[in-house]
Amino acid sequence: MLDVVQLRKTFVAPDGERVEIVNVPAFALGAGAQLGLRGESGSGKTTFLHLIAGILAADSGTVNVDGETMTTLGEAERDRLRAAKIGYIFQSFNLLQGYTVIENVVLGMSFGPRGADRGHARELLERVGLGTRLHHFPRQLSTGQQQRVAVARALANRPRLVLADEPTGNLDRKHAHDSLRLIREVCRENGAALLLVSHDESVLREFEQVQDFAQINAALRGQS
Amino acid sequence: MTLPLIIYRSLRQHALSTLVTAGSIALAAGLLLTVWVVKTQSQAVFAATNSGFDAVLGARGSKLQLVLNSIFHVETSPGNISAADFEMLRRNPMFAGAIKHALPIAVGDSYHGWRIVGTVETLFDEIEYAPGRRYAFASGRNFKLGTEEAVVGAYAARQLGWKVGSTFHPQHGVGGDHDHEELYTVVGVLEPTNSPVDRVIWIPLEGLQTMSGHNPLAKTEISAVLIQLRASTAGLMMNNVLNQSGGKLTFAYPIGTIVAELFNKIGWVDRVLTLVAWLVAAVAAGSVLVSIYNSMSARQRDIAILRALGARRRTVFGAVLGEAAVIGALGAAAGFAVFAILAAVVASIVRAQTGVVLEPWQWHPVLAWGPAALAGLCALGGLVPALKAYRVPVAETIAPVS
Repeated sequence: MLDVVQLRKTFVAPDGERVEIVNVPAFALGAGAQLGLRGESGSGKTTFLHLIAGILAADSGTVNVDGETMTTLGEAERDRLRAAKIGYIFQSFNLLQGYTVIENVVLGMSFGPRGADRGHARELLERVGLGTRLHHFPRQLSTGQQQRVAVARALANRPRLVLADEPTGNLDRKHAHDSLRLIREVCRENGAALLLVSHDESVLREFEQVQDFAQINAALRGQS
Repeated sequence: MTLPLIIYRSLRQHALSTLVTAGSIALAAGLLLTVWVVKTQSQAVFAATNSGFDAVLGARGSKLQLVLNSIFHVETSPGNISAADFEMLRRNPMFAGAIKHALPIAVGDSYHGWRIVGTVETLFDEIEYAPGRRYAFASGRNFKLGTEEAVVGAYAARQLGWKVGSTFHPQHGVGGDHDHEELYTVVGVLEPTNSPVDRVIWIPLEGLQTMSGHNPLAKTEISAVLIQLRASTAGLMMNNVLNQSGGKLTFAYPIGTIVAELFNKIGWVDRVLTLVAWLVAAVAAGSVLVSIYNSMSARQRDIAILRALGARRRTVFGAVLGEAAVIGALGAAAGFAVFAILAAVVASIVRAQTGVVLEPWQWHPVLAWGPAALAGLCALGGLVPALKAYRVPVAETIAPVS
């Protein structure tokens, strides 16, 4: 489902020095698998997810998502692949504040190959318990509800891979637990693989499979 | 549906700046349409306004002044000609055969700013002021020569509140220095003709010639002769004979061409007004650029989110450009309301000053291409912020890198 080989990304630091942030010799995730990836702040895990999602272009290496090599594609094709096969749940949810709950989900779908499907968006929102909040704006929702909108949006295009970047970082322990369970259930129901990065051990404990990003990312070993 | 939804939501999110910007575009569109339509309409209408006459014969001087004074009843008279010249016109076989109607007029008096013109009964009995259209009386009848009776144009009658039976003392000069002794009675009010005739108080010719206090010479003089020709070739012949003989007369023919000269002379005013209108339009387009560009910092996050969801660069570029075009289109549409108000005001001023009726809503291509060009200009104004949207760095904008 997801194969990462010799993936490298460097940035130019303010002092002009080129700093390697990501250097992942090999990483794989099977179809429908769920993996917790442990990583501290500043460890490059968000960059790693951005590279997988094609939001950032890698310096070298390959990212293969469901048979398509993201790293050989041009930007527009990466956008297409991301919209078609990847769902992304951000730590800060990144909901569009000027759009209603259902519009946030429908808009996410509209860039994918199936196009906007209001009925499916409604079903997903009902599934995450927001059937009565369809026409509310994000600011009218609680933090937990906003996170559920983000989950519904990430799954709206029936992605093959869901990337979750500290999805419970803004929630209290009780809501974090409920939210995580929901993400995992909905991914399972939709047959999507889940790669969740977090530094929170209570979150990672919920996963059967957990890997340490420091062991995957050779760039971190070089810095230490 | 994606692009319209993005544009709609963005407009809603920035409703105040959308309204203000669209308002400024509406003013620009209204001004542009008004300048253009009034310019073209007035040129066409004024050039076509001749009250049914082909030519004017008057004292030696400016043809334009003669036409403006005799047909449009503005300006001062270039001077009088003798009644003998009028008789010559009627008796000379060369001219008599060419002329269908020749009506003498005398000017020089007024009533509270409304010009009084002396003429003969034939004007209202026989003359067609436009093809197939003769003067008609809304009330009353034509005046009779040798009486102190008056016929009043529709607009003047309405403004003065006159009806059949109203009486007045003519005042000397167009400025109304003092009242003449004679007391005239309104015996007829004309139907509107949408021409300068509507603004005039008409009395018998000799009434004006012999008005108390006038120079005794006035009895043997007239101000001009309004001429209807049998054929246009006759006009050319009379033009040659009367203008090139170096005499004391001016033969103004054809009236439309002479009026067009007026617009040529004041053509620079048109050009300045048009330039101002386009500058206002450019400023409006600039306001679109500034209003969207200034909000780009706030929009960057939304744009990055859209891009992260799979929106292509060209989609967000198109959304910003589309938003600019929609603001332009909204403004241009509202511009018709501004145009309606401005054009109505201008048309009423033109009518009050000249009697000529402009019809601003008569179809003119500028009514289509003007707003379209303005909307296009606004879309161009959206190019700069659209490029900024195109270049939004998704990863840096969307989340702090960890």
